[in-house]
Amino acid sequence: MKVLTDNWSIYWHGFVGTLELTVVSAALALLLGVLIASFRVSPVRALRAFGTGWVTILRNTPLTLLFFIVVLGLPRFDIVLPFFTFSVLALGCYTSAFICEVLRSGINTVPPGQGEAARSLGMTFGQTLGLVVLPQAYRSVVAPIGSVLIALAKNSAIAGSFSVVELLGTYRTINELGYGIVWTFVWIAVGYLVITLAISAVFNLLERRTAVSR
Amino acid sequence: MTAPPSVRPPVRPSARRAAPASALYDVPGPKAVARHRLYGVLALLAIAALLGWVLYMLFHTQQFTYQKWMAFEYRGVQELLLRGLGRTLEAFGWTVLFALPFGALFAAGRLSDHRAVRWVSTLVVEFFRAMPLLVMIFFIFVALKVQPLWALVAGLTLYNGSVLAEVFRAGVLAVPAGQREAAYALGMRKTQVMAAVLVPQANRAMLPAIISQLVVALKDTSLGFLITYEEFLHAGKLIATNLDYDLPFIPVVMVIAPVYIGLCLALSWLARWVERRSRHSPRTRGGAPVAEAGVVPGLPPGVPPEAQQ
Repeated sequence: MKVLTDNWSIYWHGFVGTLELTVVSAALALLLGVLIASFRVSPVRALRAFGTGWVTILRNTPLTLLFFIVVLGLPRFDIVLPFFTFSVLALGCYTSAFICEVLRSGINTVPPGQGEAARSLGMTFGQTLGLVVLPQAYRSVVAPIGSVLIALAKNSAIAGSFSVVELLGTYRTINELGYGIVWTFVWIAVGYLVITLAISAVFNLLERRTAVSR
Repeated sequence: MTAPPSVRPPVRPSARRAAPASALYDVPGPKAVARHRLYGVLALLAIAALLGWVLYMLFHTQQFTYQKWMAFEYRGVQELLLRGLGRTLEAFGWTVLFALPFGALFAAGRLSDHRAVRWVSTLVVEFFRAMPLLVMIFFIFVALKVQPLWALVAGLTLYNGSVLAEVFRAGVLAVPAGQREAAYALGMRKTQVMAAVLVPQANRAMLPAIISQLVVALKDTSLGFLITYEEFLHAGKLIATNLDYDLPFIPVVMVIAPVYIGLCLALSWLARWVERRSRHSPRTRGGAPVAEAGVVPGLPPGVPPEAQQ
């Protein structure tokens, strides 16, 4: 307990850093994921191919390698941004591939008859999408999105090794101050658990609100 | 001369080819086809512009000079890379070797009839799935002062083994209850039911999920880079930061990334191949229908359903 209370401000900084990293990356991942998923289900072949390539490459790239490329590679192209932005880019792009797959399989769970019925009622594309397809897809998408975001929160630990302030990185500072290393890690673990459990609680709530008996 | 009502209208061949069957779009008419073609051209232009920009930047920042690529001509550098790749595969091999029994053990624990065993197994599995892998690896490396290789393997085993335990459990639970009941009715013991009836049937449903999880393990071996384990990425870093070769960072990435992605893709394809084969295999026909072993671990296990169809 003493480790935590003595180093509260270091831990708090790290915790907030991880939280920020997670939230901003999640926003980017969701945005990109929706975009790429719309590419992958679009009737335009070039966009579908682009989406498939994006997902295939990013899902099969180790995140460490992606960090390596973004953090150390982009500066070679004269793109110099803060480490935080680089980390958000790497985490967001990586996670967007997983989000995209979740969304796509969610849309594919809606039977084609639903869309056909909507169109035969004279609904426009926007109405079909907004009133019929997406509300049904949403239900099957909530839980998997939750686990993708939990994975994102856990993956944000890698950013700490690329000089971003976050929870795992705090162990170095505290260790140098001479505190017991085991307890240092225990409190880091608790910090991550708080974040992941909070995400899973939120998504459980969302899931329960949309649940229907079939 | 009316057609019998039971005959379904034939699917227009263009509908199959143009877009995957989905609830989103109607079969495009001539106008829509023309519009889609226009969008296609625009998209192609945009993608070409993106690729062109990347190529331009590569040439503009002089990534293709001889000096930046000459490193790969040296035998020492080649051996360094190969040794790194060997170390990566070594860590992966140990992980597979330890994680599969770990997963089997704790899956059996979670399915146990004894409450205490069940609780302990659940606690272990849930804890290691919830912890960030890197935190575990760092804990083992820094606090327990373990060698980098074994710290990496231990972390990967604990995490992937826990996820595999869930995969195994889901696979066994997906076997229809009738199979288990029939086996008990024949007088089989608990272990016999598990080993002779449930596991063989679960096996074919979960093999793709297992291989997908191994892809995750292979990708995560690159975390060894962060605890100074001298694996593939580490070898790349050594070359990339060498002033003698004019800091050939981009060339190194262009060599390393395809190898990593190729390895992971090969494993993913293996998973998909196994899945397809088990679906068509005559041996599995006539057996009980086994539902897909759906588990949602940290990362949804790879193998997307086919894009087309």
